[in-house]
Amino acid sequence: MFARLIAAAISLCMPVPLFAADGHAGRGSDGLLRLYYWQAPSTLNPYLSGGIKDVEAASLILEPLARLDPDGRMVPWLAREIPSQDNGGIADDMRSITWRLKPGLEWSDGSAVTSQDVKFTVTYCMAPGSGCAQQAKFRDVVAVDTPDPLTAVLRFAAPKPFPYGPFVGAQTPVLQAAQFADCLGPAAAACTEANFAPIGTGPFRAVAFRPGDAARFEANPAYRVPDAPAFATVLLKGGGSAITAGRAVLETGEFDYAWNLQLGPDVLNAMAAKGRGRVVTAFSTLVERMALNLRESAPRGSSTAGPSPIPHPAMADIAVRRALSMSLDRNLMVQIGYGEAGRVSCNIVPGPPAYASRANDGCAAQDIPGAREVLTKAGWTDDNGDGVRGRNGRELRFVFQTSTNAVRQDFQLLAKEWWRQIGVATELHSIDSSVFFSADAGNRDSLQQFNAHIQMYASASDGTDPEAYLSGWSCDNIPTARNGWQGRNVGGWCDPAYDALLDRLSATSAPEDRAALARTLNDMLVQNYVVVPLVDRGRVSAHANTLEGVRMNAWDSELWNIADWRRAPR
Amino acid sequence: MRASALRRLAMTLPTLLVISALIFALLELAPGDPMAQLPDSIPAEVRADMAAALGLDQSGPVRYALWLRQMLVVEPSVALDRLLGTDLAEGAPRILSWQTRAPVMSLIAQRLPQTLAVVGLAYLIGTLAAVALGVWSAARQGTALDRAGTAVAAMGYGLPPYFTAAVLIYVFAIWLGWVPTVYDTTHRVTGWDSAAVQLRQIILPVAVLSLQTTAQITRYTRAAMLEALGQNYIRTARAKGLTQRRVLLRHALRNSWVATLTVIALGAPQVFAGAIITEQIFGVNGIGQLLIQSLHVGDLPVVQTVTMLIAVLIVLANLAADLLIARIDPRPDHG
Repeated sequence: MFARLIAAAISLCMPVPLFAADGHAGRGSDGLLRLYYWQAPSTLNPYLSGGIKDVEAASLILEPLARLDPDGRMVPWLAREIPSQDNGGIADDMRSITWRLKPGLEWSDGSAVTSQDVKFTVTYCMAPGSGCAQQAKFRDVVAVDTPDPLTAVLRFAAPKPFPYGPFVGAQTPVLQAAQFADCLGPAAAACTEANFAPIGTGPFRAVAFRPGDAARFEANPAYRVPDAPAFATVLLKGGGSAITAGRAVLETGEFDYAWNLQLGPDVLNAMAAKGRGRVVTAFSTLVERMALNLRESAPRGSSTAGPSPIPHPAMADIAVRRALSMSLDRNLMVQIGYGEAGRVSCNIVPGPPAYASRANDGCAAQDIPGAREVLTKAGWTDDNGDGVRGRNGRELRFVFQTSTNAVRQDFQLLAKEWWRQIGVATELHSIDSSVFFSADAGNRDSLQQFNAHIQMYASASDGTDPEAYLSGWSCDNIPTARNGWQGRNVGGWCDPAYDALLDRLSATSAPEDRAALARTLNDMLVQNYVVVPLVDRGRVSAHANTLEGVRMNAWDSELWNIADWRRAPR
Repeated sequence: MRASALRRLAMTLPTLLVISALIFALLELAPGDPMAQLPDSIPAEVRADMAAALGLDQSGPVRYALWLRQMLVVEPSVALDRLLGTDLAEGAPRILSWQTRAPVMSLIAQRLPQTLAVVGLAYLIGTLAAVALGVWSAARQGTALDRAGTAVAAMGYGLPPYFTAAVLIYVFAIWLGWVPTVYDTTHRVTGWDSAAVQLRQIILPVAVLSLQTTAQITRYTRAAMLEALGQNYIRTARAKGLTQRRVLLRHALRNSWVATLTVIALGAPQVFAGAIITEQIFGVNGIGQLLIQSLHVGDLPVVQTVTMLIAVLIVLANLAADLLIARIDPRPDHG
């Protein structure tokens, strides 16, 4: 008794033993895997939340028919192959898609996975009153046919050239019909037990889930790959902050994986310098950009709210917009604001690689003398010697607004200085983000109303196909008082040629043709300086050096290949 | 005496009702949208549908009435059903969190053990240390020891927990590597080894919090003791030849208890409220973390219910302090 007390006292003074000794390969041979999600998941049912943290935690258990790999390519997951027009999976009229399940799939309770489960998942999300967060992905699905237990045919209301919305990616996994049968519509919320421990096909199953706090998982005995996963149990810890999470992986080694380390480059680099772990990044489509307002904005404080369709005398001149873009040093911006978590972007569609245009690559180089020349040639000169260029009595004085955020204010100051050097005067406004990004039509400081000349924000295309995203710059997407300030074409750009190309995109199904059209549309936006892309913002996480197999993914769940993760041999 | 206690108890009910209405109104008026946290790829009409599924399409007064009914009728009957195995609640809608869709009471039940272990232990240690330090420094007024006690109190007041926590983590967890930086809430104590792990992970948060408690209470104890030590009965006790120990503990401390105990009793509900900053830093996901997290995402049912329970505890603690003081006050009762 006494000796044990002393032993306990001594062990108190010892550092925590890091990792148990490595055994042979096989399911569960690597013991415990510790994940730190500082924004803790609140449910394991991604259909009821939509939050990234919840989607990622659920991806240990629930799987879709196809996943997206780190390059944004579709990989068949529960499906045998990706349906296409070539293999007959997509009907010629583009009104249906046929998914075939891998044979022999089992849920973690041992029952068989069938096409009825696929059909049920659609019913579950579309049931009125369910509050399903992924409804938009299923919107055009009118029926699901199940000719045999392994085949599900999704029928669409209208031709769908890109029918990979439902069941592709971590947001729309397949649910077990038997478990959720009584949870349709308004009953969905009360099914706490099922929402906190869904039965899935993934490498792990839930043992205990405490919302907002922690979760424990264990290897799924029915998982389809016999030797996977290498880890027997997973602890997913929440709480604290990004700093706590980064420290626990990179500095003290208490955890194996830390998710979403939104930290300043200096903080993150100092942590990584300890050498215990690696910082990993992945990029998808989130681009920090400036939008330029081509319309004359109504004067501040005027009571007659409404758009003035008058083109802005300076901004409507492409030379001015071009000069503003040329004088930015995007490399410096990335270095100061994002470090490894960002890279210079000259495109508004930066990925997947096939969709990224190469036509604008030169934008990274700052060219202040060139910008001055562009302005002078267009007739913008400083005649009165006040340092600000003008033409026909109109001076280049702009209001530049963005949300309150340390990095954005740094960028504002940098831009103001560079623009001063080319003879443009800038007034900076920063607006609280809950006001700037609010959809309230009575709020004159919102992104949509754009009562300034320049504004900076970030936005992303949802998934790999940019059609919906690019249609945000069509003429009918201009927010105005008449449509209640709805729409994403905040600069008020309108080009019939662009709209015609968009129509062609919505009728094209061959992947290469779609990519080519998307690149052309991207080039029209960027080369007309409708938007000025700045930084492609990535996801940042960190893993311990002793953890192998991590393939960071920004298109799908970061844990998409957790079945392949293993402990490094020592 | 009994009549006045009952009268006071009766007064608490309208007080709590007013508090609940105030809490609801404040949260209703505060900005914040439970849908604001969703990724921007989720379109506006889907958000509206999700809000409707949460019951947000109802008007404020309707939701308040519903919540009040759930709080006063449904949740107590669910608790009774649990205890007695009856079926009073009969599947009536419970208070559900908007974010997790789980009953708020079960969230609180999950969080309470962590909070009680860390914050409760810290309050206990902090209080004991404060009383000892207060008595001691009053007895040795003006000496180096008294000044050291004052310094500790000033430090506890002056250093915010986010600073002390960061320093302690840096020294003991990162530099020396003796203790973990993160509190594992799923850890179970099953034997000596796991008890050692628990002890190691609880030391830092408890140290940070008890420093705060000590600082707050020790000043009251010292002041009350000094006042008591200046009284004539102390001189009488000394003249009788009683030992210093007996004078301090039996005569001075007993008379200064009234002030000290009031402070301790009024501070006790904070144990249940958790410690927002310290819980956040160490990842002790207790009630404080639940409250702040729910505020961030606009999860009003959780915020309302947790704040209300804290209000109830504070009102009850006030009542208990009053009754307790009436009991222990050695002075004759003139009321």
